[in-house]
Amino acid sequence: MSTLTEAPPPLAPAPEKKPPRRRGRLTPYWLLLPGILWLLIFFALPMVYQASTSVQTGSLEEGYEVTWHFATYWNALTEYWPQFLRSVLYAGSATILCLLLGYPLAYLIAFRAGRWRNLIMILVIAPFFTSFLIRTLAWKTILADGSPLVGALNTLHILDVTSWLGITAGDRVLATPLAVVCGLTYNFLPFMILPLYTSLERINPSLHEAAGDLYARPWTTFRKVTFPLSMPGVVSGTLLTFIPAAGDYVNADLLGSTDTRMIGNVIQSQFLRILDYPTAAALSFILMFAILIMVTLYIRKSGTEDLV
Amino acid sequence: MAFVNWLKRHLVVIAGLFTLGFLLLPNVIVTVFSFNKPKGRFNYEWQEFSTDAWRDPCGVADLCGSLSLSLQIALWATLGATVLGAMIAFALVRYRFRARGAVNSLIFLPMAMPEVVMAASLLTLFLNMGVQLGFWTILIAHIMFCLSFVVTAVKARVMSMDPRLEEAARDLYAGPFQTFVRVTLPIAAPGIAAGALLAFALSFDDFIITNFNAGSTVTFPMFVWGSAQRGTPVQINVIGTAMFVVAVLFVLASMAIGSRRKRQKA
Repeated sequence: MSTLTEAPPPLAPAPEKKPPRRRGRLTPYWLLLPGILWLLIFFALPMVYQASTSVQTGSLEEGYEVTWHFATYWNALTEYWPQFLRSVLYAGSATILCLLLGYPLAYLIAFRAGRWRNLIMILVIAPFFTSFLIRTLAWKTILADGSPLVGALNTLHILDVTSWLGITAGDRVLATPLAVVCGLTYNFLPFMILPLYTSLERINPSLHEAAGDLYARPWTTFRKVTFPLSMPGVVSGTLLTFIPAAGDYVNADLLGSTDTRMIGNVIQSQFLRILDYPTAAALSFILMFAILIMVTLYIRKSGTEDLV
Repeated sequence: MAFVNWLKRHLVVIAGLFTLGFLLLPNVIVTVFSFNKPKGRFNYEWQEFSTDAWRDPCGVADLCGSLSLSLQIALWATLGATVLGAMIAFALVRYRFRARGAVNSLIFLPMAMPEVVMAASLLTLFLNMGVQLGFWTILIAHIMFCLSFVVTAVKARVMSMDPRLEEAARDLYAGPFQTFVRVTLPIAAPGIAAGALLAFALSFDDFIITNFNAGSTVTFPMFVWGSAQRGTPVQINVIGTAMFVVAVLFVLASMAIGSRRKRQKA
């Protein structure tokens, strides 16, 4: 997780980084060999297989053959662009919501929690150990028709507004886009909070005092000092939220309806139900490249190229 | 006016606690509904209080079987990923060698890839090779995606280590093996433990990659997924609650031990 954030500074200023060793020139290679082989065989090689599958034609009965049939990509794109678009929209909204919700909590833990810090930290991490599927199913209860929460939103006429915006339907929340985005936000929130906390915790509190001494109001201090210094956390947090959210199909399946299917749902059903392997492979490659391009642009834009 | 000022001053705290509530709300619901006695197959509506499910957590067919399978896979995956990952982390931090950049990106990529893409491509490999899907394919997949997380956790710890400690050990005529076991390993231990814990949690909870590569084998997350379609037994909530409680107790205990050690040293 912290490849994206920088490593913590050394305890004492090391005289020279990476002392060159004379003994055992081959040692690093022996250390690397088993793990790297594992990744090459079970991560890189499958990608090659998938690439070749995506340009095959044939059928399950007669077998597949590599025919460099690139039209599969074009067909997949023209047929499933709504699901692609939806994935980007849902994952993007969830990421923004995660940032808005996660920042105050990370800030609270880093600067205001005092002796409660460890307890809050435990409460952030502990839900990880309850299966996320069970917790996502709990949202079905929370957002069910006629649940107290939905009743309250209805009484406050909030659902009228959201229905007008098209993210809920009538007096329902479950099986609408809002429910899916809520589930995504919930599921990936810890992945936002932890990197934010790591980068906030490194900020020296005396910088806040210094800003105060220079007559900066709290909001100005936040805008000019705290937020810029927490940028590594913001960048890695948004990436750790957006990437898995864009490929997720669990939330869209459990909390959504057929109108909220994301690209993950399509890939899953193409692979495991329809068994149209070339289309499924093409779809997952398009998803991968789309995410790679978006992430690269985002990292360039946020000016933290050294993070990756 | 005083209230508005109070609100302004504590805005961060209020917003933070709101988020904490948002994070914990499902856990509260899971706990409450573990004491429910549903009328139908689904446990989404409150009916009446009952401790039936708590008294008979294995009363549902296949539930405890899938749970024990998930535990076994998580233990083996943790062991595999931690050993392989710690080795890579040491090599990356402690040695300069060619292909360092390539190794770094190979470690980074699995974390930056949507799970569904990895899951699908691994299935393509297994299908092409004609491998029987089941326990072993799940284990292989879990070690693969846990590996990067272990490397990152261990790397962070080893990088913050002062290399002079090891030099000092060598100056005192400790051999390479002795230096490693007596100095390096104890200092790196918290990083390795963190990596192992993360691997265990990730493996135990993984659904997407397992769903693609499990064949007809059913792990606990897959059992939960299936039950969402067929009907959710209350026992699922019991297991969920128990896992949460055990996790909190575990962390509290390890913190207590840690602080006692600190006091003893001081």
